[in-house]
Amino acid sequence: MAEPAVWTKKDLLGLEYLSAEEIKFILDTADSFKEVTTREIKKVPALRGKTVVNLFYEPSTRTRISFELAAKRLSADVINIAAETSSIKKGETLIDTGRNIEALKADIIVMRHNYSGSANMLARHLNMSVVNAGDGWHEHPTQALLDIFTLREKLGNIEGREVTIVGDIAHSRVARSNIWGLTKLGVRVTVCAPKMLIPVGIEAMGVSVSNNIDEALKDADAVNVLRMQFERDEQGAFPKQMEYFKKFGITEERLRKAKPELIVMHPGPINRGIEMSSEVADCPQSVILDQVTNGIAVRMAALFLVSQARDIKNENPH
Amino acid sequence: MKEKSIVLDQETVSRSLVRMAHEIIEKNKGVGNICLVGIRTRGVFIANRLAENIKKIEGRDVPAGTLDITLYRDDLTLIAYQPVVHKTEIDFDISGKDVVLVDDVLYSGRTIRCALDALIDLGRPNTIQLAVLIDRGHRELPIRPDYVGKNIPTAKDETVQVRLAETDGKDEVVIMEKNG
Repeated sequence: MAEPAVWTKKDLLGLEYLSAEEIKFILDTADSFKEVTTREIKKVPALRGKTVVNLFYEPSTRTRISFELAAKRLSADVINIAAETSSIKKGETLIDTGRNIEALKADIIVMRHNYSGSANMLARHLNMSVVNAGDGWHEHPTQALLDIFTLREKLGNIEGREVTIVGDIAHSRVARSNIWGLTKLGVRVTVCAPKMLIPVGIEAMGVSVSNNIDEALKDADAVNVLRMQFERDEQGAFPKQMEYFKKFGITEERLRKAKPELIVMHPGPINRGIEMSSEVADCPQSVILDQVTNGIAVRMAALFLVSQARDIKNENPH
Repeated sequence: MKEKSIVLDQETVSRSLVRMAHEIIEKNKGVGNICLVGIRTRGVFIANRLAENIKKIEGRDVPAGTLDITLYRDDLTLIAYQPVVHKTEIDFDISGKDVVLVDDVLYSGRTIRCALDALIDLGRPNTIQLAVLIDRGHRELPIRPDYVGKNIPTAKDETVQVRLAETDGKDEVVIMEKNG
């Protein structure tokens, strides 16, 4: 790890905005936090006296619990706000909600929102830290960071390796964040999906495109299987579930044609029998539950670093 | 800062660490229940050298681990530079053990306060003892060392630099003073 490294960003909004060095710095910090999560007493006092507000405009269980546990293991106080059960229903704007949370002297907002760019907008209007827990189709940086952390854990050096991302690329913030992060770290990325689920011009992000899953898996070191978000299919553009499974589902038969050590990832929740077969989800190559475990260490690192952000031009820390 | 004087050289550092190893063995009546825990960065190397010396004297290995105290600091929001979080690497159970905590310089005692909190989160030792290469005084907390390489009276505006072969190319302890 390079020293003295300085983390200067008060917010974590997306991997698009981070350098390769900054991404590695988060991952290295997460590596130290992972040790904490293996102890009998899984708690350190690093954020004692700080308050983390989980502001969730979209339903989420695993991401919210993961952030909540991460904050608690850092000894922060945590408040959860779910939009459906709050005054947001009464018509308060996002910025007003943010300013109110800031006036309560909380330190970090972790936000999930269905509008792309909402986390960036909130961060611009607040002095407190904002961590993006998923905004529309834009980014989900901590998910991509935990995916890359898991890859590094399994593969060691990931530079020059090949990762295939399968599924609804068009509507997936997980795919976008992964593409930004992986390409910055020198990983070769292939996206694979039915044509209508691949955005036009995605090659500009530095990825290869395939519509054939067997070809896309052939040289891959890892496959990241995205959930088919059928609830987002407003225009009827999605294939039928069985049709999708037949053409793109990850099965044992398809794994036999790929590299024997191919790593299978999924951000969850899994639709067994749609994106992948039940056997694949539980096979030894599957690291899906490692991803869940690593998510806490990565989110501890993210919360810790944004709270420690230093303005290098200003000698006094904030 | 400029060098004011060299207070220990390679030979005297080495002799101090041999004497401290003997003291640790004597005070604990052997090393059967001892483990060493070095505080990053230089405490780790000093702990490893004490472990080597103990092995030469007693003919047996004592476990040595590494403690990172960054997450336990009480001044995280005060200091201008940003500390980097490293791993704590203690692959043995410290519960019931006589833990010798090792650091290079003892000054305000605040680092040791953090280290005590960090250690107690890892288990319940029988005793915690403190070994430091240099005690330069100016304590701000009620903490005292059990084993000291050398006591060096210093002024508050001076600093003590411990240089070790592992990190700095050679062993020496230097007092630095402000220019002019």
